[in-house]
Amino acid sequence: MTEATSSTSQRGKQGVQPLLDLTNLSVNYGNIAAVQSINLQVHPGEIVTLIGSNGAGKSTTLRTISGLLRPRAGEVVFEGRKISGMPGHDVVKAGICHSPEGRRIFQRMTVGENLDLGAFLRKDATQVAADRENVLTLFPVLRERLQQKAGTMSGGEQQMLAVGRAMLGNPKLLLLDEPSMGLAPVLVDLIFDTIEKIRDQGVTVLLVEQNALAALRIADYAYVLESGHLTLEGPAAELLSDESLTKAYLGG
Amino acid sequence: MTALTSPVAKPPRSARTRQRRLSSQAVWSLSLVTLVIAAFIFYNQILPNLADSVAGPVSRWAPITAINECLIYVIMALGLNVVVGYAGLLDLGYVAFWAIGSYVGAYLMSDFIFQLKDGIHIGSSTTVRTLPGIHLSFWAVLAIGAAVCALFGILIGFPTLRLRGDYLAIVTLGFGEIIPQFFTNGDRIGGLNLTNGTRGITPVDPINTGYLSNILGLPRTVGLSPASLPYKFLFFSVLAAICVFVSLRIRGGRLGRSWLAIREDELAANMMGVPLVKAKLSAYAVGAIFGGLGGVAYAEHVGGALADSFKYSNSIFVLIMVVLGGMGNVWGVITGAFVLAWINNTGLQEFGNTFNGWFGTHVEIPSYNFLIFGTLLVLMMLFRREGLLPERRTQQILREPARTEMESVGSDVEAGQASEGDEEPEQSPEPARAAP
Repeated sequence: MTEATSSTSQRGKQGVQPLLDLTNLSVNYGNIAAVQSINLQVHPGEIVTLIGSNGAGKSTTLRTISGLLRPRAGEVVFEGRKISGMPGHDVVKAGICHSPEGRRIFQRMTVGENLDLGAFLRKDATQVAADRENVLTLFPVLRERLQQKAGTMSGGEQQMLAVGRAMLGNPKLLLLDEPSMGLAPVLVDLIFDTIEKIRDQGVTVLLVEQNALAALRIADYAYVLESGHLTLEGPAAELLSDESLTKAYLGG
Repeated sequence: MTALTSPVAKPPRSARTRQRRLSSQAVWSLSLVTLVIAAFIFYNQILPNLADSVAGPVSRWAPITAINECLIYVIMALGLNVVVGYAGLLDLGYVAFWAIGSYVGAYLMSDFIFQLKDGIHIGSSTTVRTLPGIHLSFWAVLAIGAAVCALFGILIGFPTLRLRGDYLAIVTLGFGEIIPQFFTNGDRIGGLNLTNGTRGITPVDPINTGYLSNILGLPRTVGLSPASLPYKFLFFSVLAAICVFVSLRIRGGRLGRSWLAIREDELAANMMGVPLVKAKLSAYAVGAIFGGLGGVAYAEHVGGALADSFKYSNSIFVLIMVVLGGMGNVWGVITGAFVLAWINNTGLQEFGNTFNGWFGTHVEIPSYNFLIFGTLLVLMMLFRREGLLPERRTQQILREPARTEMESVGSDVEAGQASEGDEEPEQSPEPARAAP
């Protein structure tokens, strides 16, 4: 199952600083607490998944990391630097790219223009060109559609574009919000395979999913979020093999 | 890759397309320059010497003052196009910048501030050398008016940063009312006469041509006299050309790209690293700069700053020009501005006269102008929503709606209701995305 992948994890090793560290993070919407005092670490080279049902606070957590929301309490630390409270574009500059829930590609722009916008903050033209080539290799279908208006593509293709666009920001940490939402099983497999490839290229991934089984299969470490609280965490392989857990939490 | 430098040019069509586009732009600009020069020569040299039977209809249907006014509207519409067309921020109070520009022009080019007995004269023409008040060179005033408007654009922009759609429109509408009202009622503020109220500030100095008069043989001053109108046309054309150039360049650049992204999806743009505050404020500022240039030019055009000329309907009128012409497309906006401004200041009157002449009626056609514009707008929205000369992108969307447009709207709704209910920014207590 996942032995091979978990070997890349540095989790548990002494003295290794996590890439991303959420400490006692709480986020509110008005008076409604969406996320309450969660602690979550992502270590370099890992795929960490945050799973849970609708309304558990998964997307809220991601949005807080990428600076779109501000925490009520607690903080987000990235590479030893506090990033909570920074505006969104500074978070991107720091090296966190977000492929949002519902894809949110620029529908009226072409696929090529979407990818260009992914590299909006970068000035190293040659490196961007290389990264663009890399994305087009990861998602060959995008290459055929560079001139096509993004909104005319199928859901799966749009999802690939959303991930590819985020990759063009040259992230150290890639936040993926429900990349499998609304996709056919074949496409889900394809997307998840690609996420593994992306991790193998050295990009750390924080993956939010409702499709818990698929997410656990590729992840190194997993957190389970239930109505704003973290209720369970552990190496993905363990969570996956624990039958009672999969039954209770994951509907497996 | 080419796509990095220009968002419009795509990698496979690379250099050759760009060259073609450049050369077509060169052809465009050359022909426009030729047109301007031809028109200038016509109005300056030929028209006065023509027989009345020819000169009469020309000066009735296309008088040079009307064309000058059209050019000012072109500048205005290009400015509003930056805000509405490029960045997608609906601004219903654009007339505010027009007013500010005009009054800056009037303050700095008249004897309104007569307390300065000796006056401040910098680069002004000899005819006003002895007058009190501030008299600066028209060209300097253009720059100052633009700068002041940019400042106001940012000031007005700040409180609207978090607003979108209807709310943004309402707030800008408010500013568009407040500022002209200030000028209208500003003659008794704490016992001070700041704006001369409804009487306005008039007259403003004629344009001092300075060195240009030596080099190009222009008259020393260009004011309101009929003979100087063609020269004013020349100056306004140059101003408009600068605005066109800036509009085109800025659109192809980084800033233009970030505006486009914001127009499409603000949140996604932020996720790509587009600094929302900076991008939005610069859209307001650039739009306001054009408005300021237009305002100063307008003060010269009518020979003063008159509070009555800055009404809410003017904001709408300029907006209609942008929409009818083709939002986002510079050439479309120019066409829209020219056509509508001409219809408004000359066309309707002359059509009316002709109509009445043929049928022996006495219909006041110009008084129906807003009925006619309204009808025009309704018809356009029904039959050609994308405008006369649409932006390629808009045309595509309106002609062939995205196949997933419905899907994605559906998924947005789903996401908003089902997951955290966090789709709507209004619900979040501290939407960091728009915080300064």
